[in-house]
Amino acid sequence: MPRSPERPLKHPRRRRLLAILGFIGLVLVLWEGVKVIGGDPWRVNGELIWTPPLDLKFASDINLPHVWSIAAALSEPWRRSADTSLFMFLVGKALYTWREAAIGFALGAVTGIALAAAFVHSQLLERAFVPYVVASQTIPIVALAPMIVFFVGNEILAVVVVATYLTFFPVTIAMIRGLRSPDPRALELMRSYAAKRRTIFWKLRMPASVPYLFTALKIAATASIVGAIVGEGPGGVQDGLGRAILDFNQTYITGPEKLWAAILVTALLGISFYLLVRIAELWWLRDRASAVLT
Amino acid sequence: MSGQAVVHVADVTKTFDVPGRGTMTALSGIDLLIGQGEFVSLIGPSGCGKSTLLRLIGDLTVPTSGTVMVNGKPAQQARVDRDYGIVFQSPVLFDWRNVEENVRLPLELIGTEKAAREARVTEMLELVELSDFRRHHPYQLSGGMQQRVSIARALAFEPALLLMDEPFGALDEMTRERMNSEVLKVWAQTGITVVFVTHSIPEAVFLSSRVAVMSARPGRITKVVDIDLPRPRTVETRENRRYFELVTEVREALRGMDGRVEADDAALDRAAAEGGIG
Repeated sequence: MPRSPERPLKHPRRRRLLAILGFIGLVLVLWEGVKVIGGDPWRVNGELIWTPPLDLKFASDINLPHVWSIAAALSEPWRRSADTSLFMFLVGKALYTWREAAIGFALGAVTGIALAAAFVHSQLLERAFVPYVVASQTIPIVALAPMIVFFVGNEILAVVVVATYLTFFPVTIAMIRGLRSPDPRALELMRSYAAKRRTIFWKLRMPASVPYLFTALKIAATASIVGAIVGEGPGGVQDGLGRAILDFNQTYITGPEKLWAAILVTALLGISFYLLVRIAELWWLRDRASAVLT
Repeated sequence: MSGQAVVHVADVTKTFDVPGRGTMTALSGIDLLIGQGEFVSLIGPSGCGKSTLLRLIGDLTVPTSGTVMVNGKPAQQARVDRDYGIVFQSPVLFDWRNVEENVRLPLELIGTEKAAREARVTEMLELVELSDFRRHHPYQLSGGMQQRVSIARALAFEPALLLMDEPFGALDEMTRERMNSEVLKVWAQTGITVVFVTHSIPEAVFLSSRVAVMSARPGRITKVVDIDLPRPRTVETRENRRYFELVTEVREALRGMDGRVEADDAALDRAAAEGGIG
């Protein structure tokens, strides 16, 4: 039956959860389906149970481990003689990386808002500096990260700076839009009150730009994590996901599941941070029509 | 006209530079004197500059020549002194503020002390009969209710003058007539002076003490019609013979100048909007 706006879905939350689980299930089926068709021979306890008809290189156990191999790796000690599981090990690393990313995220957001505020109030500044803001984002972060480490000195600070660097850009661009979003009539209204520029900024431009800000923050949340992970390599930070990913990369041939597990946990971290921002957005905009509709 | 002049527009001309079309004259040789407690409507075809004239009074745009005085002061000083409140065609409510917070906005900017501020907000919401909707948010209100909030906001700091720019133009006919009665009630209770821009002849006649009829290209006041209908005006007023005579009089004053230069209107309106903000 077609959906009509008058007849809302029953149990929208349950349906959404089902959709998410269904999608995960589909990915798992496709994953293992590829391995049924073209992976390495399937063995259970050393016994051959299935030989795939095709030989697809990308579906080999090295390139695409079985999902249960990854699951098993997650529950086993992260290395021989260790007493924490790989999962808990990665979660610890993820939290560490998240702290760096979150600080970079916050600094990037503040930087982005400040830049946008300056640009909105000065056409001269906007014309002069926006091209550089854009150019800054075309420099590959892998090239820039070692330089930042060199300049900043402090390892963790360098990682934070890289995360900030990836965060401020979407915030700047979105906030330029957002701060300019008020209706011309709203600006006239403020003018009729003889409101000063600063008052107009805090009472009108800033609150009007919040929906734009959150759109940018959702992008920035995941970007800051990428920034932190990429920065950890040259920064020489030992306790984060970046180091773990590099280490498991080196031991990939002997244990590909570990790198896959690290990628999985990284993705979960990104999704969690994103959801955190989304929840903040829903709460902040709860009284606006725009938030009710989405 | 009664009492001292609240608005005094003397020999005002307003021209706009429209890209690719040269200079357009929006208003030419405008003289208008509005006394305290009057309700004056500006009516005319689109592009006659009625909204521009309203914006000149509010110092939201400046005249090319001539003078605009409000409350005996230059319009700019009057704006800085917050001598007027304004209501636009759209309610322009801030959607992050609820009803009472929207009404409170001008009082916050002026720095009214908190207790006085809250009392004033309560009073204004009673005036527009929205006391039960204090904590509602704009999206939860109908168009008419939103416009009532915007009227309450315009009156919050007790200005001497209320400027209304086609405030009910976006409402349906029924709501519009109800809002007309509401605005007259507010006018009677507060004794405020109102300048009201409208497209609607019945609305102008029903509300006003005087109707200034304007022509376009260039915008001029061609006739001022005194509306001598008794007050208070009610539903019966709209069925009164004198009411129909006055509607006819305004309509005839408007006749012959509609539709000739509509093509230029969009360009002029745009120029007016852009010219006014800076």
